[in-house]
Amino acid sequence: MEISNELMKDIYLQMRRIRDFEGTAAKLFADGEVPGFVHLYMGEEAIAPAVCACLRDDDFITSTHRGHGHIIAKGGDLNLMMAELLGRETGYCKGKGGSMHIADRDKGILGANGIVGAGHCISTGAGLSIKLRKTDQVCVCFFGDGSTNQGTFHEALNMASIWKLPIIFVCENNHYGISMSQARHQAIKDVSDRAAAYNMPGVSVDGNDPLAVYEAAFEAVARARAGKGPTLIECKTYRQHGHFEGDPATYKPKEEQAAWMEKDPLPRFAKFLEDNGVMTAKEIETVDAQVAQQIKDAIEFAKAQPIPSPESAVVDVYSDIVEEVRVR
Amino acid sequence: MSIMTYAEGIREGMSIRMRENPNVVLFGEDVGAFGGCFGVSAGMFDEFGPERVRDTPISEGAIIGCAVGAAATGLRPIAELMFCDFLTVGMDQLVNQAAKMRYMFGGKINMPMVVRMPAGAGSGAAAQHSQSLEAWCTHIPGLKVVYPSTAEDALGLMLSAIDDDNPVIFFEGKLLYGMKSEVSSKEPIPLGKGKIVREGGDVSIITYGRQVFDAAKAADLLAKDGIEAEIIDLRSLYPLDKALIEQSIAKTHKAIVLTEEVKRGGYGGEISATIAEEFFDSLDAPVARIGALNTPVPFAPVLEQYYMPNEMDVVAAAKNMF
Ligand SMILES: Cc1ncc(C[n+]2csc(CCOP(=O)(O)OP(=O)(O)O)c2C)c(N)n1
Ligand SMILES: [Mg+2]
Repeated sequence: MEISNELMKDIYLQMRRIRDFEGTAAKLFADGEVPGFVHLYMGEEAIAPAVCACLRDDDFITSTHRGHGHIIAKGGDLNLMMAELLGRETGYCKGKGGSMHIADRDKGILGANGIVGAGHCISTGAGLSIKLRKTDQVCVCFFGDGSTNQGTFHEALNMASIWKLPIIFVCENNHYGISMSQARHQAIKDVSDRAAAYNMPGVSVDGNDPLAVYEAAFEAVARARAGKGPTLIECKTYRQHGHFEGDPATYKPKEEQAAWMEKDPLPRFAKFLEDNGVMTAKEIETVDAQVAQQIKDAIEFAKAQPIPSPESAVVDVYSDIVEEVRVR
Repeated sequence: MSIMTYAEGIREGMSIRMRENPNVVLFGEDVGAFGGCFGVSAGMFDEFGPERVRDTPISEGAIIGCAVGAAATGLRPIAELMFCDFLTVGMDQLVNQAAKMRYMFGGKINMPMVVRMPAGAGSGAAAQHSQSLEAWCTHIPGLKVVYPSTAEDALGLMLSAIDDDNPVIFFEGKLLYGMKSEVSSKEPIPLGKGKIVREGGDVSIITYGRQVFDAAKAADLLAKDGIEAEIIDLRSLYPLDKALIEQSIAKTHKAIVLTEEVKRGGYGGEISATIAEEFFDSLDAPVARIGALNTPVPFAPVLEQYYMPNEMDVVAAAKNMF
């Protein structure tokens, strides 16, 4: 598969941005500056950047509780994301959503989602809308292995298939749903096996290799744009951290963790780029330094943003009704 | 007598019955070796083994449905939902199956199942992990609903919930899990019995769950102004201890109903309406109903605190009555 050097560099850049954003988010969380839940994408960075490299700005994605990577890869703004994590007025969701609910309608990001399996169904709606509005957009639905045991997975893939909706179902199989290993939560090894039940193509790829992911996504996106219907892509990967920050993840065998750390997508792809003359070590260093600066700027931006006024809680429940404020 | 956390109270209640009766089983997401998302079942996997403390896939429909089928065929299952917000995913099994079977089948089937679920805001978990959905359950004939506030009540209500032949929804205050309190009895606490947790002659605060503690703070503040509040911890939402409410209001002539739910359509409205309808003659002032704002639960702490009712709202409502 032909992939330009520019595209590879861009994928690396996005991977690095996700890694650094999350490293910072983890620190801020540990320092008590980020309320609520933080689920890190660390270890899975090869997937969203490679998939989103096949997308246009006007394409859609649905995301999950582990959404930072999807959002950054689809063009999400680091400053606004960081401000949202810190619950600021000018954050992506005006402080109403937090890490688990970041959305950017203009970038086609239909929201990170706290409900496991919800995105499957939302993607069918985006797909139907594309079809009825007669555009050639597509929708990528990102989801985890654990979510494929929700009824919504079956409902959505069946509907997408019979209506030939332009959806790419991207399963990020990190082999766990919280403490439940894939071997314990389902009787199959390859989630892509399930595609047969919906008569759609299903492939499994090395989810820690952005080029393998890109190749599969490229074909699936082309197929969807051409009106030929959905594809199920399974990306085999691993989450390096606990399920959420604060989970010691004692259920992960040490050898397993160590083996996957060997396959860490970032150093691995950096080495590939260097070995193949796409980027020099120096160029990689420069990109890394640029990203480090972007993240620094994002923190600085976020911390300078105002805390929302309490009364803003009653706004945006509806498009037209402002709820009553509390007199206190 | 011993000191236990609220989570330990729940665990002890489940464990007592599981030791006695092999047909009592617990299942849900990550309830096994992981011990549950909030650690409520920690250690139970080791004691009772993987057959009876069973991890499920992420499948709330099947979790509740499995409890229905198991209850209909001889087990006394306890199903855990990780957050009450996920009840939405399994709602058909609860509302159209668990709650209806006995009635639809002419009383020929028992449904001895418990569905446990943590509720409530205050942890920055935002709109899909912080709701208080008890009114959805109290609205459905066929379901019993409890919401303990202390370790002892959690333990005793759990025993009764397991012993009951009807589906019992067991709400758990997620901010209460780590709270320690005295457990002087490990006896079942009958469903439908509230308790007076503080006596006072001037105003009745009717509440349950974490708000019992907000009510206590409010009562302390009110006492400084010479207003003695009586606090009723309902413990069971359905059956509702109307007699206790009646008795208290007959004394105080004033009622404040405090719940954390979104105020519109909350169970607090049902309690208030019951008081207005049945005990109107006892009242010297309109019933005051305090709840959360009519909004989803916001993320940022400053918004979330504004969303949730607190002791100051109770104090203000009480002062308004004098
Ligand atoms: C309906 C619902 N059930 C349960 C949960 C709790 N929960 C959050 S993430 C998660 C595991 C998801 O596993 P998977 O889909 O594999 O995604 P991963 O976390 O591995 O990325 C669970 C059980 C939830 N958020 N929503
Ligand atoms: Mg997973």
